[in-house]
Formats: sequence, structure tokens, C-alpha cells
Amino acid sequence: MSGKIRVLVAKPGLDGHDRGAKVVARALRDAGFEVIYTGLRKTPQEIARIALEEDVNAVGLSLLSGAHNELFPAVIAELKKAGLNDVIVFGGGVIPEEDIPFLKKSGLGAVFTPGTSLQTVVDFVKNNAKLR
Amino acid sequence: MKKSDWLERYQKMTSKYPERKKEFTTGSGTPVNSLYTPQDMGDTENAHYEQKIGYPGEYPYTRGVQHTMYRGRFWTMRQYAGFGDAEESNQRYRYLLDSGQTGLSVAFDLPTQIGYDSDHSMCKGEVGKVGVAIDTLKDMEILFKGIPVDKVSTSMTINAPASVLLAMYIVNAEKQGIKRSALTGTIQNDILKEYIARGTYIFPPTPSMRLITDIFEFCSKEVPKWNTISISGYHIREAGSSAAQEVGFTLADGIAYVDAAIKAGLGVDDFAPRLSFFFNAHNDLLEEVAKFRAARRLWARIMKDRFKAKDEKSLMLRFHTQTGGSTLTAQQPDNNIVRVAVQTLSAVLGGTQSLHTNSRDEALALPTEQSVTIALRTQQIIAEESGVTNTVDPLAGSYYVESLTDKIEEQAMQYISKIDDMGGVVKAIEGGYIQKEIQDSSYKYQLSVETKDRIVVGVNKYTMQETAKGELLRVNPEVEKKQVAKLASVKKERSMKDVEARLADVRKAAKEGTNLMPPIIEAVKVYASIGEICGVMREVFGEYKEKIII
Repeated sequence: MSGKIRVLVAKPGLDGHDRGAKVVARALRDAGFEVIYTGLRKTPQEIARIALEEDVNAVGLSLLSGAHNELFPAVIAELKKAGLNDVIVFGGGVIPEEDIPFLKKSGLGAVFTPGTSLQTVVDFVKNNAKLR
Repeated sequence: MKKSDWLERYQKMTSKYPERKKEFTTGSGTPVNSLYTPQDMGDTENAHYEQKIGYPGEYPYTRGVQHTMYRGRFWTMRQYAGFGDAEESNQRYRYLLDSGQTGLSVAFDLPTQIGYDSDHSMCKGEVGKVGVAIDTLKDMEILFKGIPVDKVSTSMTINAPASVLLAMYIVNAEKQGIKRSALTGTIQNDILKEYIARGTYIFPPTPSMRLITDIFEFCSKEVPKWNTISISGYHIREAGSSAAQEVGFTLADGIAYVDAAIKAGLGVDDFAPRLSFFFNAHNDLLEEVAKFRAARRLWARIMKDRFKAKDEKSLMLRFHTQTGGSTLTAQQPDNNIVRVAVQTLSAVLGGTQSLHTNSRDEALALPTEQSVTIALRTQQIIAEESGVTNTVDPLAGSYYVESLTDKIEEQAMQYISKIDDMGGVVKAIEGGYIQKEIQDSSYKYQLSVETKDRIVVGVNKYTMQETAKGELLRVNPEVEKKQVAKLASVKKERSMKDVEARLADVRKAAKEGTNLMPPIIEAVKVYASIGEICGVMREVFGEYKEKIII
């Protein structure tokens, strides 16, 4: 493997809002990471499969439909099933403050809500994703 | 045209449709005329005025599509709403109508928008979240229970499966004893912007365009007062485009629909009067006003010169506006009330036909009833108290606004020409050009917020420590289970033999190229579900694959 951290930006569920996912993907790429973007409507299984195939170190999930409490934990479960225990997962979207403790307990390293600066996301990946 | 000629037409109009008041005055009592032109400044209307600006209700419609605009009646106040199941949404609609809202606007959940039944494996967690869940005619019957659909116009934000939802709306009305020819409303039905920006596509472009022209043809004969499409710049702007891109890409989509319908054998003046548009209202007040005026003028010229439309209704760009969701902040959410008020003003000064105002809490969740009420009251205050509705197109003649209007028209036309050179919008989407242009704009915007070249109050300046955000709306987590159970019971009660026969007719029409609306209506009548009807079309048409670019 080369020495670059690889990040998968993924859109689980049926949500079509991809502005945030694409902006974050680009900011991570500009910050020097290898970035793969899944496109829309991926199931948790598909996201885990892509994460495995692409050998990523971090997975960013974007969801604005309100289905995060169902879908984020489902992705984490699939990643574990695929043996990707060392992959750091973070999420973002229209997510009420009160849901964040539950999501963190489910295994999300961070949850970014509207207004988060790109630098915050970049710093999170820099400080938490580890090369294998 | 001379001003005296226009005033004659104006008087003809007002004798038929009287104005809201006998006399209009400013807040301090000065009389306000219906229209101000260079004459009111002691100038004469010259050729430039006639060509570029003109008179309201007259080509090129820069100043509005009606002679009287809001002196006649206000725009339709139409809050986009829907969540949970049909019962819950029905209650919200009745509340909104009781609060003085004048039209309905239905938000569907994502499974409905993508043509899946609530029990499909892809729909886990999504049922009833961003809108109401509709599986069969049964849900539609509940959704409009006690609502007089012959008196209330209904807009439905539905695209890929628009035929199915329109069919359900028609059948429900007919069961209430209302003729389809009496129905008024809109379906969004704009698949091109789904590929570009919104994401709820199902089928590839060719069959999708055919579904749309089938609707144009069917409605021109059967549902003549229905707006068959709402060509939408809203989502293009939300995805991050500039104002000029919003106009350019939206009108380019419009051109593609007109081309497709003409190719399908329709006469331009048979369907073009029922085309409608949908734009965004962002914070830069005067730029937004200019944008609406530019869009109107440019569309009139396109319809007249490019498509040789003769009916003046074909030339008029009528539009709905929604304030800009992406401009709302999760920080200090009450500030959003002010943003929405500014955006409302831009839509009204730009001459919108209907308006949705966003609620202060929408960067956090779906809006609470209290927040929606403030949003609706914002429209009512602008309408009833601000005075901007007393004269038509009050900003005309402002050097800045007129010059911005010209600029946006020119830039939008450049995008349209570029897309023409690529072979049209479908080619430009397949090549990823439009998506890339929008992404570049949105990334540039975000970087400018990052570097504070652009200030967002409460986000990168004037920030403060915040405590709890107050009450948020939560969709009942039981709704998915309830909806799946309801679907199962409908499926048990209906005749499977009828459903199979009607679905076979849909399949046959899909394959043979005959109009899909009649067999879809028949399928809906026997309670075939949206997932079953779209499933048949998925088999015949296949599914669209997104072009991924970052």
C-alpha cells in the first residue's frame, strides 16, 4: 500500500441530497487523502463491500432524510461483519443534537451537523484514521 | 405599446376581475398607481423600454405575467408538507387550510418518490420520514379525506412515478364525484433535474421523457387545468448553483421537454400553456428579483422565436417559489425567520405565482406546527402589511435591478447555447457537464464561507454558545410498521386477478409505446400498489445509473 489514507464517502438509503457529501469529498481530496465516492442509494451491505474492496481507512456517511438512527448503525454492523474493525466511521447531515449520543455509542467517531467547517472534518480524519 | 393602450387593457381586465381594493395607498396615505413607468419620471417610454421591459401581462413579460398581479389577488400561499402516514398528513393539511393557506403541497416520502412499496428492503428507516408514505389508492383516499379537491389546488412533488400519483389523485376525486376536468394543481414531473441535482430518478432518460410526454398528451385532453410539469431550478440552486446557472439549466430543461413533446407529435400551443416553473429564493434580495425577471423574459423569447408558439399563454413563465433551504442555519435558528422574510420579499418583488416559506427549524428537522405557522405568517405580513403588493413590479427601472436582469439573462443564455452545442440537456447530463458546473459552484461557495470571504451570521461570525434548540418534530417511529401492515391488509382485500390483468395492460402499453396514463389509472383503481406499477415499468424500461463525478 502507498502511504495515503483512503476515505470512502458514502450515501446510504434513498436520500438524494449529495451536495454535502461531494463538498466534503472534495475537501478531503484537496487535503491530500485518497477519496472514493459511492454515489447515491447504497445499502449498508454495498457500502461495506466497497469499503473492503477499496481498502479504506475511514468511511464518511451522509444522510439528510432522517433515517440516520436506522442506517448509520446498520453500516457499522456490516463493516464489522466484513472484518473492518479498524475503519473509523463518521457521519453528517440533518441530525438532531439529541441523536448524537446514540450514534456515537453505535460506533460513529464523530457526527457533523450543518455549519461544520471543512477544516473540522479534515482534522478529524487526519487525527483518527490510521494506515494499516 | 403606449401606456394608454396598456391602461385600456388593464381596465378591461379589472372590470372582469376586480382588484382587492377600490383604492391603494401607501402606509401614510399617498395614492399608489397600478404601474409606474418612465413617464412617471417625466420621461417617455422609448424603444428600449418597450423591447426589454415592457408592460405587465404583455410580451416579453419582464414585469410579470398578469396585468394586475397582486392588486388583483395575492400569490397562492402553499406550504410544502407531509410526514408519517396519510392520517397524520391529512391533519396537517386541514390545520394549514384553517390557518389561511390557499393551496396544498404534498411532500412524499422517499420510497414513494422512488416507486417502492413501504415493505421493500431498500426502504428500511425511510418510510414516512421526508414526506407522507403512499402505497395504494387507499392512502390517497385517507390523505384527502374531508378536503374539497374541486376547490383546493394541489401541488405534488413527485417525479419519476408522477403518472401513478396523478392517477391516484384523479381516481380519488372521481370517487368523490368530482370530474377530472375540474381538477387544478401541479405535478413536479421534472425528471431532468432529478438526474442533475435531486436524485429521485428511477428509469433512464428516454423512457422517462416518454412518461412525461404521455402525461402532457393525456392532460391536454382530460385534465386541461392541471399543470403537467413544474420545471425546477429550486434543487439545482440547493445543490449549489449560482443564480444564472439556476436560470440557464432550468430553461435548458424546459427546452428539452418542449422538444420531446413536439417530437411526440404534440402541437406546441396544446401543451405549453400548462408548463410551469419552480425557482429558489436566496438571500441576495435584488439579485433574486433580477433572476425571476430575467427568467420570465428569456423563456418568452425562447417560446416565441425558437418554438414559434402563438398562444400568449405559451410564452408566459408562471412559477412557484420556495425560500432557500440551504441558506438556513442550525446555529441560532430563530435568525432563519429573518432570512426567510428577505427571501419572501425577493419572490414577491419578482412576481411569483405561489410561494412556500421555509421554517426556522429546518436545518435541524422537519418543522413543528408552530414554526410552520410563523413561516406562513411571514407571507401574510408581506402580503397584507408591507405595501409592496400595491403596485405591479415596483423595482422596474432601478438601474441596478435592470442591469442585473440583463446580466443574468445573458449568462443564462450562454449556458443554454453551450448545452445546445453539446446536443441538448440529456447529453450534457450523461457527460456530467451540468453536475460538474454545479459542484464547482458549490465548492467555491463553501470555501468562501471557510475563508470568511462570505459571512453567514451565527456560523462564521457573531457566533455564540448555544444551549438546547427547543422542541423538534419527530416522526413517529411506529409509522413504518403501521404502513407495512396497512399495505398488507389492502393487498389481502383486493382482487389479485384484477391486479394482475391491469398490470399486464401497463406492461403492454410500456412495451408498445401507447399512452401509459389510461392503463395506470385502471391499475390504480383496483388498488395495484405504486411498487407493483413501477416494478412493471422497471422490468420494461430498466433503471438509470448515475454518472459519478467529484
